[in-house]
Amino acid sequence: MTQGVATAPLPQPAKPGRSYDLPQSGWMKARERLAWLLVAPSILVVVLVALYPLLQSFRLSFTNARFGSTRPELYVGFDNYARLAQDNVFISALGHTLVFTVASVAIETILGIAVALIINSNFNGRGVVRTSMLIPWAIPTVVSSQLWRFMYNQDNGVINDVLVNRLGILSSPVAWIANPSTSLSAIIAVDVWKTTPFMALLLLAGLQIIPGDVYEAATVDGASKWQQFWQITLPLLKPALLVALIFRTLDAFRVFDVVFVMKGAALDTITLAIYARQTMIDEQYLGRGAAASVVIFFCIALLVIVYSRLVRVEET
Amino acid sequence: MATTTAVRPVMPDTAMISGTRQWSLGKVINRILFWILVVFIIFYTVFPFAWALLSSIKPNAELFTSPVVYWPSAINTTFYQFVLANGDFLLALRNSIVVSVSTVLISLALGSLCAYAMGRLQFRGKTPVMYLILSMTMFPQIAILGSLYQMIVNLGLYDRLPALIIAYLTFTLPFTVWVLANFFRAMPGELEEAAMVDGATPFQAFIRILLPLAAPGLVTTGLLAFIAAWNEYLYALTFTQTRARTVQPAIASFSGNTQFELPWGNILAASVLVTLPLVILVLIFQRKILAGLTAGAVKG
Repeated sequence: MTQGVATAPLPQPAKPGRSYDLPQSGWMKARERLAWLLVAPSILVVVLVALYPLLQSFRLSFTNARFGSTRPELYVGFDNYARLAQDNVFISALGHTLVFTVASVAIETILGIAVALIINSNFNGRGVVRTSMLIPWAIPTVVSSQLWRFMYNQDNGVINDVLVNRLGILSSPVAWIANPSTSLSAIIAVDVWKTTPFMALLLLAGLQIIPGDVYEAATVDGASKWQQFWQITLPLLKPALLVALIFRTLDAFRVFDVVFVMKGAALDTITLAIYARQTMIDEQYLGRGAAASVVIFFCIALLVIVYSRLVRVEET
Repeated sequence: MATTTAVRPVMPDTAMISGTRQWSLGKVINRILFWILVVFIIFYTVFPFAWALLSSIKPNAELFTSPVVYWPSAINTTFYQFVLANGDFLLALRNSIVVSVSTVLISLALGSLCAYAMGRLQFRGKTPVMYLILSMTMFPQIAILGSLYQMIVNLGLYDRLPALIIAYLTFTLPFTVWVLANFFRAMPGELEEAAMVDGATPFQAFIRILLPLAAPGLVTTGLLAFIAAWNEYLYALTFTQTRARTVQPAIASFSGNTQFELPWGNILAASVLVTLPLVILVLIFQRKILAGLTAGAVKG
């Protein structure tokens, strides 16, 4: 008791995860027991509805399982994966997913940094900008995909109207979504609209912890704004940037909603997630579809490992 | 003003004030460009939803003209009347509310217990548990779609609301645990000691002292979980058909075969109805949401 009271007035904030180790062993034991009791329900749910299905997906990807089939389930080794490698639709889905991921994440990062820098300066109405930036994020993807389909409409959509009738940039309206040469870019533009503000808000949080006097010192030393950006802002923003990049890349790689609502499983924009769902649910080839979803899983796992290495290098 | 520059002290705030007071031509142009950019950002982020709102109250004829009619000549509420009288849409709305609220309540109930243990208690096996939960926040939904579908069909839950609640826990629960654990960890270390001095058991210390203090964190994570569940599409599309259909697949399935068949007025009215509550929630809780998102992302 006395120890507890004696340490209490110390002004230092408790270090995370430490410093509650009290000498009273009864309390310690009670706490250890309590900890497992508290953790158990969540672990049970996670194991039953996430981990078990995940392992089951791995297993199914090595079988010829089909939904609603009475045929016995057989292990077929890597057959499903070999078939995927020969399937042109799968290859093009992989291509679209890579293009979508690289393009959307790159554009969102560059625009996100620019927007974050703009709203990081002190001005009246900054709150209004920040609020307006949360709106695209809050709108359900299904809804925003429908809104953009409406705006992209060839005959009476507002985008063609502005480009053809008001500004005269295009001579005739474009079927942005239906035309295979513009469809993927049009979809990427929707994702950029939805996610850039969110990216900017994450980066803004990173910008705000950079102390202002660093810039003052640089100004005194005669560094230009441009030099300050490359020498100070970017290096100090790197941790926040890496984390934002991880989350964005993972999200982009499993893209489903925006593409499926705008184009269904059309071959000019099909992504890996759409391919996997199509194969498993609509065509009922559970085994082969599971193999496709395992491929997505491993690509994402690889990305997580690469990125977390980068973060760790950054921290040391 | 010229003297201000000469003796400018190396202090951030004063420097900023003296900087904004110098009105050279370059500064003015910079300022104008800056405001153009700010107005453009607001316009870009808000326009699609504002356009949907505006179009949803246009008379039907003005919705399908070229060149486009920008300002409606009269307010037309027939699209909203149609949608709100549509039994399928109302059922979907009810289903979405039941599923989202249940998901949030279960996540918070189970998640806050787990988060307290992860954030405040030392126990063997804590690190593996943490890795399990962290990895669950990262894996793609599609990776378990097939086996979860099989499980749901075998349990007789296909096209029933519990199927969606179970499926949504796979992403709301790990997220809740992760954010709340950070929240509990940040609380001062003396809280339990004080409770212990008063003779409380560890569980009483949690229920009576830490949980009430965590209320703001519970609100934020609950809100984020609600938005995630409300906006979910892939599982809702796959695990439901009619009875348990939620609003997202309902809105997506308004699609016709060709662009000419689409009932755009109804789609937009339904979209606005489904989104407006979220936009209002976000506007009210924007500070909390931003804090929660950055905690989840930056510390995750």
